Amino acid sequence: MKKTLIKIVSFIVIAIFLFYGSTHREITSNLNNGKINENENNILIVGSTALQPLAERAADYFQNENPKIIINVQGGGSGAGLTQVQAGSVQIGNSDVFAEQKDGIDAKKLVDHKVAVVGFTPVVNNKIKIANLSMQQLHDIFTGKITNWKELGGNDQPIVVINRASGSGSRTVFESIVLQKGENVLKSQEQDSNGTVRRIVASTPGSISYLGFGEVYGKGIKSLTIDHTKPIASNVENNNWKIWAYEHMYTKGKAKGNVKKFIDFFLSKNVQKTILSKMGYIPLKDMEVEKNAEGIVQ
Amino acid sequence: MFNSKQINKLAISFIYAIAIIVALILLFLVSNILINGIPEISWKFIASPSKTFEAGGGISVQLFNTIYLLILSMIISIPIALGAAIYLNEYAPKNDFISVLKTAIEVLSSLPSIVVGLFGFMFFVLKFNFGFSILSGSIALTFFNLPLLTRSIENSLAAIPNLQREAGAALGISRFETVIHVILPAALPSIITGIVLASGRVLGEAAALIFTAGQSSPNLDWLNLNPFSPHSPINPMRPAETLAVHIWKINSEATIPDATKISAGSSAVLLILVFIFNFLARYLGNKIYKKMTAGK
Amino acid sequence: MEQNELFKQLTKKSVASKKDIFGKYLSLSALILIGITVVAILFFVISRGLTTFTLDKINPFRFLFGTDWQPNNVDKNNNPLVGALPMIFGSFVITLLSALVAAPFAIGTAIFMTEVSNQRGAKIMQSVIELLVGIPSVVYGFIGLTVIVPFVRNTFGGSGFGILSGIIVLFVMILPTITSMSIDALNNVPKIYRESAYSIGATPWQTIYKVVLRSAIPGILTAIVFGLSRAFGEALAVQMVVGNSPVIPQNALSPAATLTSVLTQGIGNTTEGSLQNDVLWSLAMILLLMSLVFNLIIRKIGKKGEMKNNV
Repeated sequence: MKKTLIKIVSFIVIAIFLFYGSTHREITSNLNNGKINENENNILIVGSTALQPLAERAADYFQNENPKIIINVQGGGSGAGLTQVQAGSVQIGNSDVFAEQKDGIDAKKLVDHKVAVVGFTPVVNNKIKIANLSMQQLHDIFTGKITNWKELGGNDQPIVVINRASGSGSRTVFESIVLQKGENVLKSQEQDSNGTVRRIVASTPGSISYLGFGEVYGKGIKSLTIDHTKPIASNVENNNWKIWAYEHMYTKGKAKGNVKKFIDFFLSKNVQKTILSKMGYIPLKDMEVEKNAEGIVQ
Repeated sequence: MFNSKQINKLAISFIYAIAIIVALILLFLVSNILINGIPEISWKFIASPSKTFEAGGGISVQLFNTIYLLILSMIISIPIALGAAIYLNEYAPKNDFISVLKTAIEVLSSLPSIVVGLFGFMFFVLKFNFGFSILSGSIALTFFNLPLLTRSIENSLAAIPNLQREAGAALGISRFETVIHVILPAALPSIITGIVLASGRVLGEAAALIFTAGQSSPNLDWLNLNPFSPHSPINPMRPAETLAVHIWKINSEATIPDATKISAGSSAVLLILVFIFNFLARYLGNKIYKKMTAGK
Repeated sequence: MEQNELFKQLTKKSVASKKDIFGKYLSLSALILIGITVVAILFFVISRGLTTFTLDKINPFRFLFGTDWQPNNVDKNNNPLVGALPMIFGSFVITLLSALVAAPFAIGTAIFMTEVSNQRGAKIMQSVIELLVGIPSVVYGFIGLTVIVPFVRNTFGGSGFGILSGIIVLFVMILPTITSMSIDALNNVPKIYRESAYSIGATPWQTIYKVVLRSAIPGILTAIVFGLSRAFGEALAVQMVVGNSPVIPQNALSPAATLTSVLTQGIGNTTEGSLQNDVLWSLAMILLLMSLVFNLIIRKIGKKGEMKNNV
């Protein structure tokens, strides 16, 4: 009797605790208590894995010029970057998407610094004979309406779609342009990182995926043209190539001190013209059009 | 039908077959790692820092981070595990409270590393604002160490005959002092084995560290030994990428042209590291044991 | 007066017993620290996991039994598509099958090493096994990606990424763990059992099968469940080869997703406080609860084994 009573009571107590914990986010998460001193010589950057290599390299150059400042660039994903910069635990949050596009982020508190433009291109295993797809065909492949290369004039071979992880920057960008809003995509394989996608497409017959311009290299993989438009920088600049997006560096409030210095350095001619283009990104200054958070191009 | 001797023969040869298959699998694994990796290992590979974009980077920082994290996590976990094990073996009464605590240790040992990583991220990185740092990482690793260490220390303490405790009591020494001065030294060899087994697990851990220790390291100044300087290798608040995380990162982001080579080399280095650790532990354990039994 | 003094002196705590009490509480505090840690982990992870149901008002049944996983999308009635069944199913199938395949190999090898082979053979194998326990799971993942996936693709067709590849990778990963724990279990069987069996004329196999294995069953089962729980929680290696497609797989070759693979891929892409993030924590909670269940099973097995040995 006594034992069952103790069991029941402790069960109820645990349940109350857990219920309380689950309804009060502030207990389990850190939403607003970070205090990062912006003038500190130690800058923390967290976020997008796509922007990480670029930021790391720019940070290398920056630190050579300013040996007293230390910059740490971490990956973690765009979501992690936005969360942490909003919480004030890092100075810069890298993101592949506009903060407005993410739930749980108060975009008004953050300041957007667009630092580069990245174009995405469909890539296929290079044994596939097709070199061009129409936007409609691309749409049909990723929604599962076309399932065999034969339907597009290629060999009789099933199409293996390799998508990017749900919620990732590349996928958000790709779907916002190729698919209609709210449309269901084909449930296919998903891979998170560029390197893995490249490796899988190169080794899997009949596979298709998408990558940033700078990531298409190596054996066994080739990019496609869409409606006979080539995936090159000049086509992105005038929006003839539709699948592109900004890389963002977000700060909480206006960038100050060394943080501002670094972002300015990133936007300087030196970085934009040399490092960016070398790595397949497109400098902001070269863009003839602009895109806003709703995806409307001007 | 078969008689028992024939069945015996059949069964034993079956077991031989299984053992050979398993041996082949294991051999394949080890040789795959070593054959691909050893040609990549050179002094330059081990002693130079990694590169972000060009080929020819090394792993010096990652190697240092791995060992530093290991040591730091051991410094945190050994005293706690020691205390817990001593209590469990020497003092613990048999009641519900103790059995709940025992269960807790078992629960800790079976937690998936990704869950520990996420907890560490939420709790230490964000909530406590330790950031991606060696400290956060070594605390996460401590969670893996504690149950392993506690159990192995407890077992080795239990293996020491009670005679020694009674001898201590007869001399009027407190139980605790007996444990510290007599029991613990006697159990040291088996404790060291436990520590080494735990470090094997730590060396290979990646999932939990990605979320706690981070995925990149600042440029290190090897001569800077001020633990508060962000350039210093021994600063516990700096982010640190370990070898296992490095292998994961260069392959998934693949910005280095020779990522395959470097990860093959790093895997081999890790394997050799585990090997050296095992060897060292046995050697040390034996030596200490001999010294203790023959010395005084 | 004098008597009183003497009484005091005699009943006063000696230095030694003071030290002892100090030591007792010092070591107890270490133990309690571990306890607090575990409670904190359980509380935090489960609270975060429950947020999906309390704050985001997701029906737990839709979460557990729904088959549509698109956390960024909603269905016609504006309900988020967060059916986790494909991942739960994927995790269970891959884990159970890999342990099922690994068990006979591990037990066979353990028998070989403890009962059949000579000392030297066993020693070499044991050190190789210990070495393998320390290989990072990432490395297993890459061997899976470069060796197993092409092998599966060329032998069975399909893309190579899928359940079968996942099972093979996990099989290789947990083999050393189950083997070394089974060896311990067999070694724990008292020598006298074997000697008595031989003395009544049993063949080696009869001794192994009817005596040694029988009495080592609790230990071996514990080893298998331990392997299961390691496989269930493994993240990076599986994620690389399983294909990460959140659908209920039709056959052994089709891509699938596991709880861990979805979790590792998704957590960095979501922001704290969003539904997408909360449901991932719910997946983590399921992982945690499953590891508790495995734990419970191990304890039950251990208790049964104890009783048997007492009789």
